[in-house]
Amino acid sequence: MTSGFSLNLWSDLQTMWQYGFMQHAFEAGTVVAIVAGVVGYFVVLRRSSFAAHALSHVGFAGAAGAVLLGLNPLVGLLVFTSGGGLTMAGLGRKAAGRDAQIGIVLSFMLGLGVLFISLYKGYATEAYSLLFGEILGISAGDVLVTLVAGVLTLAVVAAIYRRLLFTSLDEDVAEAKGVSTAAMNSVFMLLLALATSIAVQVVGVLLIFALMVTPAAIAERLAHRPPVGIAIAVGVALLTTWFGLFISYYQPYPVSFFITTTVFVLYLLVRALQSRRAKGIL
Amino acid sequence: MGKTDNNIIHATNLSAGYGNRQIWQGADFSVRRGEFVGVLGPNGAGKTTLFRLLLGLLKPSAGRLEVFGMPPQRGNPRIGYVPQRRPINSELRIEALELVRLGINGDRWGISLPAQAQTERQRALEALTSVGAGALANRSLGELSGGELQRVFLAQALVGKPDLLLLDEPLANLDIRRETELVKSIAGVVRQQKIAVLLIAHDINPLLPVVDRLIYAVNGCIATGTPKEIITTKALSAVYGAPVEVLRDSHGRVAVLGTEEAIHHD
Repeated sequence: MTSGFSLNLWSDLQTMWQYGFMQHAFEAGTVVAIVAGVVGYFVVLRRSSFAAHALSHVGFAGAAGAVLLGLNPLVGLLVFTSGGGLTMAGLGRKAAGRDAQIGIVLSFMLGLGVLFISLYKGYATEAYSLLFGEILGISAGDVLVTLVAGVLTLAVVAAIYRRLLFTSLDEDVAEAKGVSTAAMNSVFMLLLALATSIAVQVVGVLLIFALMVTPAAIAERLAHRPPVGIAIAVGVALLTTWFGLFISYYQPYPVSFFITTTVFVLYLLVRALQSRRAKGIL
Repeated sequence: MGKTDNNIIHATNLSAGYGNRQIWQGADFSVRRGEFVGVLGPNGAGKTTLFRLLLGLLKPSAGRLEVFGMPPQRGNPRIGYVPQRRPINSELRIEALELVRLGINGDRWGISLPAQAQTERQRALEALTSVGAGALANRSLGELSGGELQRVFLAQALVGKPDLLLLDEPLANLDIRRETELVKSIAGVVRQQKIAVLLIAHDINPLLPVVDRLIYAVNGCIATGTPKEIITTKALSAVYGAPVEVLRDSHGRVAVLGTEEAIHHD
């Protein structure tokens, strides 16, 4: 990169944003962080982290298939994760706890993705960016799709918020109160599919946990009220994404690495502080 | 308030089952406003099934059931329900008040407005206080004991101001002192708010001082009566269809012997 790191954060950012790719990365990264924080909070609350992980792998097969057919990988991601999400929802809420079955499908999908990638005689970087994310390569068109998918996801979460919270925390009572837990589960899996699809662009299939689960897990440890928890999850996801992008401008190493590392360090810090407080040291 | 309003549950020749499997049949009973009813019987005899019928989650396989003068409908706001002990993740940091609040707004779409949220939290706190759990309002759900959780669940069921309360095994895993305390709180609510309560339990003793009537589910039948009528060697032997024996100690506690042998296993 051209200029060096200065102490004036604003002028540093302005320098970065002169580059279109950097601007797109910040735009898409911001949308993805907000969506991942919100949806991730419910993922952690519903104990469906593994389902989120599996969905991203299902998405990998879709994205690789799309690349093979000469389509936008994002289209493949959206189609496959939505299908996978609805299938999991169809198996019932308890399916989220069926680790073995989900794992079996997950590895099959990953294998399928590998086949598609090898059939595609293009660059191997395509596979690499799907697996580990390539936010610096994001196009203006992808930013727009990300924005639309992100706004849609947030709008639906807002529309079903109280019912979703009820079924996430207290399924049996919610069902008795006339809230259809099956319907809520299907809608949530679709939201998760959307969120996963756009998040894959930033951190890739394999590192989806870093944006979808870790910030929310930090939030769950800190917040007494769901809205506060969501705010913390979004804040952590935003902070780590921006920080990762910022650092990556000056360093030749992947953005995903900086994001996953920052969020992991934050998680450890929160845990350490909490256990010290529990012991009465702090 | 007419006469029908006092009659909260009315069952005539009611049968329940799943698919081809009959759980119990030919039940006739009614529950009136202000009554505390204990529901007893061995495991698998269909106590929870009775609740599912009342909640409209299961259709009767035969007979008639009316709740508030109508066939049961799912999501009736006049019914408060505490299902059998729910697992709460010990890492869950969400405060008790927020769970109680879901009893008011959990079945609504959208997001609570700030003014709404304020009122809801106030009502949730009142409900917690009414069951002697006001101090738990801001505690994390994950760190509450079994007895404390049951009070929070109870407050959640009460916060919607129900006319009928269905409690499935709220006394499970509580020690005797906590059992007594919780039953007293429930009885207080029943008398004060003139609502009807059905409480499933496996031991009659904590209920004896407060309960008005008992419903027994045994061997495919439902029997009902006051504790005096039904907790006798003769009456219970008839319910179980086999000789069982009711013993009383000097404190009025009862022990029913021979029930295990009397249950028909398939």
